Amino acid sequence: MTGHIHSFESFGTVDGPGIRFVVFMQGCPLRCQYCHNPDTWKAGGTEYSAEDVAKRVLKYRNYFSGGGGVTVSGGEPLLQKEFVTELFTRLKKEGLNTCLDTSGAVFDEARKEQFMSLLNVTDLVLLDIKHIDAEEHKKLTGHGNENILAFAKFLSDNGKKMWIRHVLVPGITDRDDWLERLSAFIDTLKTVEKVEVLPYHTMGVVKYEKLGYDYPLKGVEPPSAERVENARRILRAGFRNV
Amino acid sequence: MYFEAWDGFKPGKWSEDGEINTRDFIQKNYTPYEGDGSFLAGPTDATKKLWSEVLALLEQERKNGGVLDADTEIISQINSHPAGYIDKDLEKIVGLQTDKPLKRALMPFGGIRMAEQALNMYGYQISPKVKEIFSKYRKSHNDGVYDAYTPEMRRARTSHILTGLPDTYGRGRIIGDYRRVALYGIDYLVQQKEADKLANNGNMTPERIRAREEVSDQIKALKQLKEMAMSYGIDISKPAKTAQEAIQFLYFGYLGAVKDQNGAAMSIGRNSTFLDIYIERDLQKDILTEEEAQELMDHFIMKLRMVRFMRIKEYNELFSGDPTWVTESIGGMGIDGRTLVTKNSFRVLHTLDNLGPAPEPNLTVLWSKKLPLAFKRYCADISIRTSAIQYESDDLMRVEMGDDYAIACCVSCMRVGKDMQFFGARANLAKCLLYAINGGKDELMRDKATGKHLQVSPKFEAITSNDALDYDEVIEKYETMMNWLARLYVNTLNLIHYMHDKYSYEALEMALHDTKVRRFFATGVAGLSCVVDSLSAIKYAKVYPIRDEEGVVVDFRIEGDFPKYGNNDDRADEIAVWLVKTFMREIKARFTYRESIPTMSILTITSNVVYGKKTGNTPDGRKAGTPLAPGANPMHGRDHNGALASLESVAKLPYEFARDGISNTFSITPQSLGKKD
Repeated sequence: MTGHIHSFESFGTVDGPGIRFVVFMQGCPLRCQYCHNPDTWKAGGTEYSAEDVAKRVLKYRNYFSGGGGVTVSGGEPLLQKEFVTELFTRLKKEGLNTCLDTSGAVFDEARKEQFMSLLNVTDLVLLDIKHIDAEEHKKLTGHGNENILAFAKFLSDNGKKMWIRHVLVPGITDRDDWLERLSAFIDTLKTVEKVEVLPYHTMGVVKYEKLGYDYPLKGVEPPSAERVENARRILRAGFRNV
Repeated sequence: MYFEAWDGFKPGKWSEDGEINTRDFIQKNYTPYEGDGSFLAGPTDATKKLWSEVLALLEQERKNGGVLDADTEIISQINSHPAGYIDKDLEKIVGLQTDKPLKRALMPFGGIRMAEQALNMYGYQISPKVKEIFSKYRKSHNDGVYDAYTPEMRRARTSHILTGLPDTYGRGRIIGDYRRVALYGIDYLVQQKEADKLANNGNMTPERIRAREEVSDQIKALKQLKEMAMSYGIDISKPAKTAQEAIQFLYFGYLGAVKDQNGAAMSIGRNSTFLDIYIERDLQKDILTEEEAQELMDHFIMKLRMVRFMRIKEYNELFSGDPTWVTESIGGMGIDGRTLVTKNSFRVLHTLDNLGPAPEPNLTVLWSKKLPLAFKRYCADISIRTSAIQYESDDLMRVEMGDDYAIACCVSCMRVGKDMQFFGARANLAKCLLYAINGGKDELMRDKATGKHLQVSPKFEAITSNDALDYDEVIEKYETMMNWLARLYVNTLNLIHYMHDKYSYEALEMALHDTKVRRFFATGVAGLSCVVDSLSAIKYAKVYPIRDEEGVVVDFRIEGDFPKYGNNDDRADEIAVWLVKTFMREIKARFTYRESIPTMSILTITSNVVYGKKTGNTPDGRKAGTPLAPGANPMHGRDHNGALASLESVAKLPYEFARDGISNTFSITPQSLGKKD
């Protein structure tokens, strides 16, 4: 089957362990105000078969010896989970490490078998929890966080390894009480290997201009080193073991 | 054969009578080091003081517009100047190119006009006497070349399809085995050269006569070097006895070369591990401490940072600065599997910490997968902090070159003391493609007499159709044009190097080579990725020619998209491989001067900007005057699949067809290299 793809990155070093080939899927249901890939929001992109993409990935297997592999990101990869399942199944046969970078926003308990078949060929989920507070989450992304938290629990209940990622935006996600609530939530999960605090940056602004979109976070500066450190401390980022 | 100075060294082939074999000496005596950099010492007080004095001079030089002082009287030779010092009492390693630090020498043998122009540009006047000598009594390399150039060669030069030719300046790129001065002393080296000269007897063919004359010049140069050293009160007639002497003798050898030659690249070789043997011996004997060893290396490197040449401003523009390419090759693996990394490989890199980062000397790590992990980590650490290390693949080069080669300039490898090369600048393949389309008319340059486009090559058949360019037709015409260009290029270089040998022979550098030397004929190309994308556009999209009133194609209209080099896409990358092989085959088919072995490089690191200025619109959509990509890089902004895809495209280029080196300029922010765990 085919997938709708935005682009490829052959030297991904920040989306999972080691050197990773990153596939950016096209299309996302969320509209996060800080999103640095707004060009992946709308449907479209270029169609590739799972086999085509697998061949592309496999060209780089020499670089994966230090724990690297493939990461499917986006956009929202779960919008095309059948495609990703086929791709990962193929790459698992080659012994590659597979990583899914998702918000979990489209998780649906009723169709959990479909999600399970993807997770069965996924080594690691990078789960982006945008906001712990449902209302704030809605303001920030246009959707509530219920599915996301349910997906986290689902991963935990099924013994699926995950890294929790949290983008730190001054005034929007970095309040201590929110961070403490997030920390408490993470404590209920059994399979979290790592928590990453990602400081908000403004490198995506150019893309908004190109696309003719208004930039929602105009004037918001990246967080200070102290605030990042504070968030890391509260979330005990990077030190949390299963 | 035995010298007292060799006490403690393990004998071998290197110490047999009549032998000169630095590699064997290293192999028998060096101590591989697998540890880390924790043993290293900081700068001594003398180093700090001396370096601050140099920094003040460098600051003055900068304020002065780039030149601190220039000699207008003395024609530079190995022993032309009295001893010069920065601060005599502090200097552990002595020797300057002229009598004062950073004062540039007058070197007119490459070309008197260039020497005069360079002086004028910085407000100096060449001495009338020197000018008279070089206009009335003595010819320079540049005069010789212009006496023999054909009109076609001149046209190709004017239109810049051949660029950067060493016809007005020293060709450089020759690396003397400066270690020999330390290991054997001058007297023994002279003795061996005399034996070589004596043995070269028989029919006096022009080749033999020349060889005999050259060896005589080499012997003279060695004797001059000895005199030069004596002017500093140092006797280099016998082998070096200590680490200090070894570094000093070796540096004198190099200093002699940079007093004799204003070469485009004056690289120094592969010396750190050789010197480590002397340092180890002194450390063992307790006559040297680690601090003192580091001090010697710091002072040595300081001197290399002060090498200067008087050059015209355009030259510096071409190379984005005032480069001397004092490349020192470090590390690598031995063919017996032992690493050639020693403690001194660390010390030489540690100078970047002790003195602060600098572009010269061009410290180049010969990288192998098998290098000791601790050394790899140390290199990475220094790179992150200083961005001042160059890396080259030892695994690739060792196969052909063994384990005692060094890099000249940025990528060109040669076995030290055994190989030399005739540097050949480069041919602009992007312009060549435009010539193929326009039947050899230059797209920018006008004929002064007629005002029309200059016909550079003979009149080949141009593409006359206004339909989309036909790939097969373009390729056929391009092959014809490359055939013409290769012949002209090689002939031009043959002529240039004949004259360089005749009027500006590198006697000292060649004295520090085996008399029977292997010669490379180092050609180069520019514009690789521009040509590849252009051909890919013609093949996979539709490219319509746009003509001016003379009917010459001066622009292109592209319909549709096409694969681009730099994305690990075989459709484009195969064109790149084809291009490299095809042009190299054309080069190889020609007669090359002095039985030299043709090689090719793809390495324009900065001059791609200037070459781009002289190249019209190209079928890939690149606009006239905009830069070509450096070396084998993809065109700027056309690699869309990240760093590895881009590097993989470059890695497909066949090294065996580009033995003189392939370069890819690559920068990355530390954050993009991942997170610290």
